[in-house]
Amino acid sequence: MSDTIYQVSHLTLVPRRHYGRLVAAAIVVAVLAVIVHAFAVGQIEWNYVGEFLTVPVIMKGLLNTIIMAILAMVLGIVLGIVFAIMRLSENPVLSMTALGYVWFFRAIPALLQLLLWFNLALVFPTIGIPGLFSLKTVDIMTPFVAALLGLGIQQGAFTAEVVRAGLLSVDRGQYEAAQTIGMTRLQMLRRIIMPQAMRVIVPPVGNEFIGMVKLTSLASVIQYAEILHSAQNIYYANSRVIELLIVAAIWYLVVVTILSLIQGRIEKYFSRGVAAVGNAK
Amino acid sequence: METQNLSPDAPLVIAADVRKHFGPLEVLKGINVSVQKGEVLCIIGPSGSGKSTFLRCINQLERIDGGAIWVGGELIGYRREGDNLHELNDAQIARQRRAIGMVFQRFNLFPHLTVTENIIEGPVQVLRENPNEAKKRAHALLERVGLYDKRDVYPAHLSGGQQQRVAIARALAMQPQLLLFDEPTSALDPELVGEVLNVMRDLAQTGMTMIVVTHELGFAREVSHRTAFMDQGQLVEVGDSRSVLANPQQARTREFISAVHK
Repeated sequence: MSDTIYQVSHLTLVPRRHYGRLVAAAIVVAVLAVIVHAFAVGQIEWNYVGEFLTVPVIMKGLLNTIIMAILAMVLGIVLGIVFAIMRLSENPVLSMTALGYVWFFRAIPALLQLLLWFNLALVFPTIGIPGLFSLKTVDIMTPFVAALLGLGIQQGAFTAEVVRAGLLSVDRGQYEAAQTIGMTRLQMLRRIIMPQAMRVIVPPVGNEFIGMVKLTSLASVIQYAEILHSAQNIYYANSRVIELLIVAAIWYLVVVTILSLIQGRIEKYFSRGVAAVGNAK
Repeated sequence: METQNLSPDAPLVIAADVRKHFGPLEVLKGINVSVQKGEVLCIIGPSGSGKSTFLRCINQLERIDGGAIWVGGELIGYRREGDNLHELNDAQIARQRRAIGMVFQRFNLFPHLTVTENIIEGPVQVLRENPNEAKKRAHALLERVGLYDKRDVYPAHLSGGQQQRVAIARALAMQPQLLLFDEPTSALDPELVGEVLNVMRDLAQTGMTMIVVTHELGFAREVSHRTAFMDQGQLVEVGDSRSVLANPQQARTREFISAVHK
């Protein structure tokens, strides 16, 4: 084995050249440059974007968007948990009702549901308990209420499936261990099962919350003054259509970016004890 | 309650003609056995013989289809009125389970809670104990199973043997009158079996009433007072551990014991 061919200590390693990567990067940069240039020289009055970005009407719209997204999501999560637990119940009436709820509200487009709620007065002119009180549906079904019900209830149908998957992901032994220390069903769900199911539930619900922020834009069609509706109201007056749509787009980007950061934090919290081994330094 | 009428030397656990089937499959074909207070009973037998199912019937993880079980003089799962047995509701079942601790093959510690939190969960949430008091007792229990230094870690950081010792501490924290062990060492690496058996041996010496489903014949011989051999849903032989294991009377018991020793 003393042949010179086995002597390697004087050899130099020459790293492989990734020509393909260079070409791909060059193409992408060129395309991006074209797009940026197009917007720069296009017929967009950027100063209007800056001017309208923080006007009171837009700020009010942004606030309404955030409020609606949070409330609709809270309603969706509450309904989702209730219907997921009903779905897993041994009572066939409860589980079939939950199944029907998910089937119905998942199948009908959100925009259509908003319109249905908003026009509920056409079906039921008054709402109330006969003999006790009665209210005109038109007065109750404001754009806010119609949007909240429409978005929240359809969200509940999606969340119910996510929660159900989460509950089923928890090991059978956890239910049994909770039972053997004498927990009731409610204690077991609250203290042992749900905290573990959250690890599976939080990532998709976080995604759906981000989706909900965008879905609130549908409420503009029933006159709810969220950010898109506010932007539209301004451009109906001044015809700066693209500029105001860009204003709305910028705010959606900001909100969704913040939510993504928060989601990461929450996921980390609920994976404690499980991810702990992987994260241990 | 019937408990008050219980004479001091009456058995803590009485199973009378306990039957259980899963669909057409008869898993328990009439089990009769009793366990005295302070006694350790080991149940051995081949897989599928129904020994785990019987254990699970005692704390109502399975509902029995026939016969009856009494623990501490109290009928399990039913309330008797004349000749009628009324099924208990969930809250009553939960109350009966408090007095019966269970240790599982796969530990089933709560992974989202630390070791101490695992142990105080039952005392604080179910027995409504003061959290600080419960914590003190939890730490004392951890000393007893030799894991005080692990009190604040999550179960995922523990070895199987350590997890099982925490699981035993969790069961003890409820101050049960009876402890059930469902193959407590079967999921452990061989070198970890000893530490769990040692804790169980100590428990037995303090007079804890225990029913242990196990494949550890050595443990059965040295620690348990009596050993029962189960096969195909029947209790084939029950008796003093040393004599059952050294000198089984039934052919099926002999076959099983010699197969295990091979």
